[in-house]
Amino acid sequence: MTGKILTGPALNRRFFLKAGLAGACSLAAHPLMTTVTFAASNGGRPLGDHRLIVMILRGGMDGLDVVRPYGDPMLARYRPQITKGDKGSELDGFFWLHPALADLMPLYAKGELGFVHAASTPYRDKRSHFDGQDMLEAGTGSDVPLAAVRDGWLNRMLQSIPGLVSDTAYSVGAAEMPVLMGEAPFSTWAPDQSLDLSAAARVLLDQVYAEDPLFHASAAQAMEMSAHLQMAEDEGKKPEGPFADDLALADFTAARLNEDTRIAAFSMTGWDTHRGQNAAIAKPLSHLAQVILRLREGLGANWGKTLLVAMTEFGRTARENGTAGTDHGTGGAMVLAGGALNGGRVFGTWPGLDEAALFERRDLMPTTDVRAWAGHALRGLYGLDKGLIEKSIFPGLILPPDPGLLL
Amino acid sequence: MELSAEILAIRFGYGLPQPEGSLSTVPEILAALAGPDPAQKQYPLPPSTHFATLSDAYVREKKIAKSGGNNKEAETASRQAMSGLLDLAQRSTFARTIDSPQPFRERLVAFFTDHFTTRQKGILDHYLTFSLVDEAIRPNIGGTFADLVTAVTLHPSMLSYLDQKVSTGPNSTLGKKQGKGLNENLARELMELHTLGVDGGYSQDDVRQLAELLTGLTISPTLTTEFEKRRVEPGAETVMGKTYDGDNMKAIQKVLRDLALHPRTAQHIAGKLAVHFLSDTPDASAVEAIRAAFEATGGSVPALAQALLTHPAAAKGLGAKLRQPFDFLVAASHALGISGGTVMAMKLVDFKRNYLFALDKMGQKLKFAPGPDGWPEEAEAWVTPPRLAARIDWSMQMPQRLANPLPDPVNLARVTLGTRATKTLTTAASRAESLAVGVGIVLSSPEFNRR
Repeated sequence: MTGKILTGPALNRRFFLKAGLAGACSLAAHPLMTTVTFAASNGGRPLGDHRLIVMILRGGMDGLDVVRPYGDPMLARYRPQITKGDKGSELDGFFWLHPALADLMPLYAKGELGFVHAASTPYRDKRSHFDGQDMLEAGTGSDVPLAAVRDGWLNRMLQSIPGLVSDTAYSVGAAEMPVLMGEAPFSTWAPDQSLDLSAAARVLLDQVYAEDPLFHASAAQAMEMSAHLQMAEDEGKKPEGPFADDLALADFTAARLNEDTRIAAFSMTGWDTHRGQNAAIAKPLSHLAQVILRLREGLGANWGKTLLVAMTEFGRTARENGTAGTDHGTGGAMVLAGGALNGGRVFGTWPGLDEAALFERRDLMPTTDVRAWAGHALRGLYGLDKGLIEKSIFPGLILPPDPGLLL
Repeated sequence: MELSAEILAIRFGYGLPQPEGSLSTVPEILAALAGPDPAQKQYPLPPSTHFATLSDAYVREKKIAKSGGNNKEAETASRQAMSGLLDLAQRSTFARTIDSPQPFRERLVAFFTDHFTTRQKGILDHYLTFSLVDEAIRPNIGGTFADLVTAVTLHPSMLSYLDQKVSTGPNSTLGKKQGKGLNENLARELMELHTLGVDGGYSQDDVRQLAELLTGLTISPTLTTEFEKRRVEPGAETVMGKTYDGDNMKAIQKVLRDLALHPRTAQHIAGKLAVHFLSDTPDASAVEAIRAAFEATGGSVPALAQALLTHPAAAKGLGAKLRQPFDFLVAASHALGISGGTVMAMKLVDFKRNYLFALDKMGQKLKFAPGPDGWPEEAEAWVTPPRLAARIDWSMQMPQRLANPLPDPVNLARVTLGTRATKTLTTAASRAESLAVGVGIVLSSPEFNRR
């Protein structure tokens, strides 16, 4: 074996043992074991130490229910059924946090959690999930036809980074992440994708893939990922219970970010709360809380260099509907977390809830652009040029003055 | 030059063994394109108008329920009727492809369905996407490219997907009354994706003019295509140097034909066909032969197919392309002897696990291409670690649920790959510790996944 292997991460050594090959065979004879990520781990770290996690909350998260403006008497009038239960945790005397996020309050107190209220993409009027998400992930304004943009803003950001390697950015989960799609290379893995192969089957696959570099490299990486998850399982670290999938996702993401990965993107669903919202929104919120807490735990000291930005395609109607839910709206909220965040507050400009202050007398009025916050995150974490952000990453955006997102 | 059965099945079909009664010579295959569609006949689907009736009833029931009506049962029945229809469409898509004695015809249908990708926003409207295949693609596969462009552009699935249904001339009656305006989405994609191609020599002004010309084209509440006068932008429009007068459907049909027959379109479609069937970097003379056939015949689809199948490049370089996930599942069904009838009769939970969800994991959610430009062609997009893992996982786990007894792995390699079954592969397959692993090795091999 080469020195490179011996100094590699523990999971790789373990993988050899699992495959029953350690000691018996040389690395050269089993190229499936020379993995892509392995090779990259000796490469540069083009983005430095800061980590960015982008979460897309699909379905339209109701910002008014997550960061609740109980300080405005209109809230209870618009939402008699939704507001009649537990008020949640007080954030600042005006906003209260939804009770399903109560576990995150210690982070808020430490400044490791924050929110942006009344933000949205430039998407207006049509309120379609697909179009809204397309615009959110394309990062364009309404001046550019959506169909003309075939890549995501996070990919365009990567395209500007010299020395990029494929595991600098990771798309986590089976769902496609359009925000990360495009020319710049990135890696992808779905923690719930099992690859349950016997050692003998691995050896045979290694042989049939030997002459095909594409199959070989992908299979090698798949096996490494799968072995990593298997190892966690063997060591009794495999998450269980109702949040098992979230925890596995967080564990995998944290493990990547603790190595060479600096950008991770994944999505969470379940936000389309048209009816029975009190029960319907508590579920995705508690999943969100678990993911954030587990990421914090898994990242350890690296949490201090991490910013998580969670964004959704639009907010929901100010008024509840006839089925104790809310319908597609406009202004929404963003969730921010991480040790790099200068949090413990609600960012943004509050537009008020008077009917005249609502967008089309219906939805929370968006006062800031989601892209501006993402742009400042990129600028703060990686020192990106303002012109690059305004021209390439979020074409047409005019970056407002620095809101002081980061420490 | 006559193509071997192996090349016809692997490169231009859905793999070996071919369904019973499959046509075996190029002239037969080409001649049949103008004839009836056996797959659609075997597994028919109700038309989009039938779906519209169900959808209408469902919307009504939902409204009643929302206003506190006591109609839970009716609402549930209505929803079930719609999801039943969707299930039928999903299964039929597999069954038709698996059983058709004209696999090349199915490949052409799939190619043009992808070329004219649509996707619906609501899960229940999703049926329209399947209807487009039945109502606009399949009936025109023996016709011309212009027939396809016209039928697809006028289909509710496209009008809905690319927002034409809301486009309104700013100076139309409705536009002036409600302050509504143009939506350029369909006009842009018509030129960029469907006809001329991204560098096809059109300008933003052409897009705008075409969008104005298309105003009036919309969908009725019963999901039929209609021409709504009050949306029409008055006056003549000039597209690609040609002026179209008359604010009516005729002018729209005229511009669609002109775009479809444009020399840039011939070039664009010839290139896409060669990339899809031959290689990501196809032989330039093959592209030229298809382009010339397009020009000579006014875009006859069987003529394009003939140029493709009879060019020397058709017989060379097998393995340059990758079977996309849907095609992989169909080829694996052939390999395992699973018929379309079996897929239709499978329990819903089995169909979902074996086919639908498997497709999601391999990255090709059925009829949910990521954008109007369809699915990616290059192998790199499909052989990513999680997507390849999904193929390997399926190959190792699913055959034992689907086929009893499992085939002998070495024989399976020979039957499905013919001369492409390498010594390395048959040796590996023969050394597997179990039949299931042996079959898994064959189905996850590069030889089986490439074509």
